[in-house]
Amino acid sequence: MEITHDTLVAFSKSWGLFYLIAFAIGVAIYTFWPSNRRRFHRAKHSILDQDDKPWR
Amino acid sequence: MIAQLTSSERQYSAVILILLLMAGIAMAALGKADALGVQGVIVLLYSGVLLAFVLSSIDKPEPSEDRQANYYDDPIKVGIVLSMVWAVFGMFMGVWVAAQLAWPNLAFDAAWSTFGRMRPAHTTGVIFGFGGNALIATSFHVVQRTSRTRLAGQLSPWFVLMGYNLFCLLAVSGYFIGITQSKEYAEAEWYADLWLVIVWVTYLVLYIRTLARRKEPHIYVANWYFMAFIVVVAMLHIVNNLAVPVSWGHAKSYTIWPGVQDAMVQWWYGHNAVAFFLTAGFLGMMYYYLPKRAGRPIFSYRLSILSFWGITFFYMWAGSHHLHYTALPHWVQNLGMTFSVMLLVPSWASAGNALLTLNGAWHKVRDDATLRFMMVAAVFYGLSTFEGSFLAIRPVNSLSHYTDWTVGHVHAGALGWVALITFGSLYTLVPALWKRERMYSAALVEVHFWLALAGTLIYVFAMWNSGIIQGLMWRTYTEDNALAYSFVDSLLAMYPYYIARAFGGLLFLLGTIVGCYNIWMTVRMAPVTAQDHADLPDRRAAPGIAPSPAE
Repeated sequence: MEITHDTLVAFSKSWGLFYLIAFAIGVAIYTFWPSNRRRFHRAKHSILDQDDKPWR
Repeated sequence: MIAQLTSSERQYSAVILILLLMAGIAMAALGKADALGVQGVIVLLYSGVLLAFVLSSIDKPEPSEDRQANYYDDPIKVGIVLSMVWAVFGMFMGVWVAAQLAWPNLAFDAAWSTFGRMRPAHTTGVIFGFGGNALIATSFHVVQRTSRTRLAGQLSPWFVLMGYNLFCLLAVSGYFIGITQSKEYAEAEWYADLWLVIVWVTYLVLYIRTLARRKEPHIYVANWYFMAFIVVVAMLHIVNNLAVPVSWGHAKSYTIWPGVQDAMVQWWYGHNAVAFFLTAGFLGMMYYYLPKRAGRPIFSYRLSILSFWGITFFYMWAGSHHLHYTALPHWVQNLGMTFSVMLLVPSWASAGNALLTLNGAWHKVRDDATLRFMMVAAVFYGLSTFEGSFLAIRPVNSLSHYTDWTVGHVHAGALGWVALITFGSLYTLVPALWKRERMYSAALVEVHFWLALAGTLIYVFAMWNSGIIQGLMWRTYTEDNALAYSFVDSLLAMYPYYIARAFGGLLFLLGTIVGCYNIWMTVRMAPVTAQDHADLPDRRAAPGIAPSPAE
């Protein structure tokens, strides 16, 4: 099959859209996944802890 | 600096520097009279000076303490100093070129000081010199603290930092002698570009290895932004700089991209340089230093994740808005325009997240100029991303493109957002890093803040005025469909604004110099010793009561 400008346009206008939507849904699921709540809570508070030495 | 390296690490660094020295000699020999020869001499001198420094202290005692028990802060300190040095240089060049536009005689009839050579020296100096060094330094700090582990290398942080500064030096010195690829923000030629690839891959590997050693289960979001910055800049840099040199002995190269593809690749690079160099990395700073300084966790961690992915997905497609009304296919222009408008959502999510974090800490913003730097930076981030989305709309772009409005927009972002968040972060970082109780002078931070803010506002308002006047004059027609104004007419109308712009830039530069002095004096202050915080009686004499016998 010959790859022309039109082939690439068709590809980016269809699959380009779908993969971005798929990514967006994936990110939304990750963000709101219930068991991630504790992780995120810990992450956002932990930067305020003492940080003068690495943990062993 | 060298004290934390073992003797074998010192030997390795000497070997690397000798190889670099030989590369410099080869460039000088191959380049002969070509500008490449001059660049070779610069490589030679740079590696020679560093080599002399390493060799002079190669016999010093080895580090005795357990290095893994401490964070690796030496490269960060040097990075901060280099960043401020570049800031003064780059902003001085900016003021100079701005003044040249108002008073062209300031080029003094020399080739090296013409606008075309000085302008890239300004942009490279501030973006790569100031911004890049600040990003490297803060990323080394943030990744260690949020991962609770030391950097995963002793020599590689130095290689990244010093190698990166060699790239900046080659780029800027090259412009003065007429070397350029003529690609905006990618002016450096092929040999410097190849060198940057080596440095940048080392940076990426170092960052990933440090994250892999983390003691925290989750990678804090600031690191995501720094990672996006490192990964995407590598990608952009390589693709945009694919070029074939005229010969091994010539500085000049030709890009492999033909015609409009070259334009598209350049602006895919150029806009993502704004997105991932000037935004993602600095958002990384904001997500760490702003909560840290405010003493409050980020308002919404989930929102920060959503806006991270929004920014990475959307920005990648926005570059074509630089090529409206060109030979670029119409649908590609539409794509860039649409994604630019959509970008407003994740951008405002980040700006809002930062400002809502400060809810309940507004009294700190009032009293603490350091936190105020970061607050105003978030406001400018919100404003300039709104403006950017607006300017990307094709009919708006027909008025604004090629005018000073674009220049004003860039500086609202670069001064108001990038530089202010950097200064806020550095004022948070410097006392912590050098173990001082606070900055040398809170009043000078205050002075810096107001100089920077006044400078930015004067600059941006001057450029809004001149840009819109320019745009309108260029599209005003007489009754018989001829252009009402010549280009020179519009140029004369710019005169007062160019003076105002140079003055705004001067205020900003003065603020930066005040900042340098303050940081220098902070470093010279007496450190807070562990004893000061230990639960022991204070044995120091109360001031004015008992004079110390030692005096």
